Amino acid sequence: MASGHDVTSFDPRRVRADTPQLARVINGRTITYLDSASTSLPPRTVIEAMSRYYELRHANVHRAVYQTAEEATAAYEGARESVANFINAPGGSNEIVFTKNATESFNLLAKSWGAANLKAGDVVLVTEMEHHANIVPWFQLRDQLGIEVRFIPVTDDFRLDLSNLDQLLDGVKLLSVTGMSNVLGTINPVKELAAAAHRRGALIAVDGAQSVAHGALDVNDLDIDFLMFSAHKMLGPTGIGIFWTREEILHAMPPFLGGGGMIADVRLDGYTPADGPARFEAGTPPIAEAAGLGAAVVYLEHLGMSNIAAHEHALTGDALTRLSLEFLGRVRVIGPGDTVSRGGVISLDVEGVHPHDVAQVLDQFGVCVRPGHHCAKPLMRRFGLAATARVSFGPYSLVQDTDVLIEALAHAIEMFG
Amino acid sequence: MSNLEDLYREIILDHYRSPRNRGELPSPPAIRAEGFNPLCGDEITVYLDVRDGVIADIKLTGRGCSISQSSSSLMSAAVKGKTVEEAREKIAMFKQMMTVHQSTLEKDAQPAEVDLRAIGELAALQGVVKFPVRIKCAMLAWNTLSQGLDEIA
Repeated sequence: MASGHDVTSFDPRRVRADTPQLARVINGRTITYLDSASTSLPPRTVIEAMSRYYELRHANVHRAVYQTAEEATAAYEGARESVANFINAPGGSNEIVFTKNATESFNLLAKSWGAANLKAGDVVLVTEMEHHANIVPWFQLRDQLGIEVRFIPVTDDFRLDLSNLDQLLDGVKLLSVTGMSNVLGTINPVKELAAAAHRRGALIAVDGAQSVAHGALDVNDLDIDFLMFSAHKMLGPTGIGIFWTREEILHAMPPFLGGGGMIADVRLDGYTPADGPARFEAGTPPIAEAAGLGAAVVYLEHLGMSNIAAHEHALTGDALTRLSLEFLGRVRVIGPGDTVSRGGVISLDVEGVHPHDVAQVLDQFGVCVRPGHHCAKPLMRRFGLAATARVSFGPYSLVQDTDVLIEALAHAIEMFG
Repeated sequence: MSNLEDLYREIILDHYRSPRNRGELPSPPAIRAEGFNPLCGDEITVYLDVRDGVIADIKLTGRGCSISQSSSSLMSAAVKGKTVEEAREKIAMFKQMMTVHQSTLEKDAQPAEVDLRAIGELAALQGVVKFPVRIKCAMLAWNTLSQGLDEIA
């Protein structure tokens, strides 16, 4: 992990200059990108890594022996190595499976590990603040196997209600929880949850989609069993996601998708699956995307994960304070009002203005925010909302982005007021 | 801001702030139809009192963005007191107005040819077509009305 960089080596303006899309002009204004929780903007080094693959070393992986094919394989497997180091996987790259995205990683967890290890009556414990990706696959498994899906409730101050955790863990085989809510910004106490789950003999899976790019995530230190995340939320490309679990668990998991690349042998009477991550990577994998992901990891480590976390923490504190001072209650934050255990995702409920109208007016100022239910409908229902307008920061965000946000929000309120 | 004013015309904001024909009708006898836009959570319920082929009364409940809510309010005003046939014609006309052609998205595009006299205040929603993701918001009430009319025995 990149820990040797001092604080001064991180400069968000440099990150900004490295990110081509941030130079775009939208509706006459330079873009103000506040939607990194939805997808983050890749720096030039990521885009170049993918171009290099297509321009110079386009070949399939793990097959041919010619030089470009070996280079392609090295880029693909190198990315696996980088990701393993990035999350401090104890068994190294043998524990990293590449998928399409975090959602597919959850489906791999449910449909491979879940189907093989759970039976009728077993409980999967999730939380009310989960993304649909960590709810729907469990409901599908419930309908198929008769497992029980149980929810940890969310308190009125937007935190997990852990007061009855011991009871909730009764009969639980897997606790599956987000590291950070994509709606509320709440950061959950994963290490404590992992300890509690293990005490009861359950395993713990973590949705790292939001947390992984905004602070160091060390699977060994957290003592978790599964981690799912997507490259495109950590400055990498779309089309590639990551599934991590400990080698002994992975080794016992049955194949998920069948086809080429995932076999050791195919005969007229059956097949033998491959060992290791290859068993779960049927077909030609996302090679260019892996090269981009590898470059994103190098870039993030160069910035320093603790520097990124500190920067976003400061931006979030500043935005929360100013939103509350500027709009005196007309703009309500759906999430913790302070910066304790909280990331740079700020969901807004603007009095009298629907989130879609908020986002539409903001677009005229070049401000990109996300309106909607953020694929977390149980959580939206919990707070009686159909939608929010969500602001989210990345390592390239500046205090000036919040200036434009406030200017545009004031215009929206005036227009609909 | 010209684009934005094209979308949020004063008539639209007025219907959003003071929606017409809000409320419910006892159902039955009134026809009740529900529409839902799962992507953004807009929802609407249309109550129709149809007598001798005429929409004698119409009431609406629901919540959503200014485009979905003003479109439903404008719709209710446009079809109240009209025959079912006339209402269906308005639905067809409105759908045509909301149809995206490649040319619609160009900067200086003219809106599709519609009979402005026939369409009246609804013309205020013409600007929506330049914002394709919002078309489904404008269409929600009309699709729901269409469902309701289909239920007439």
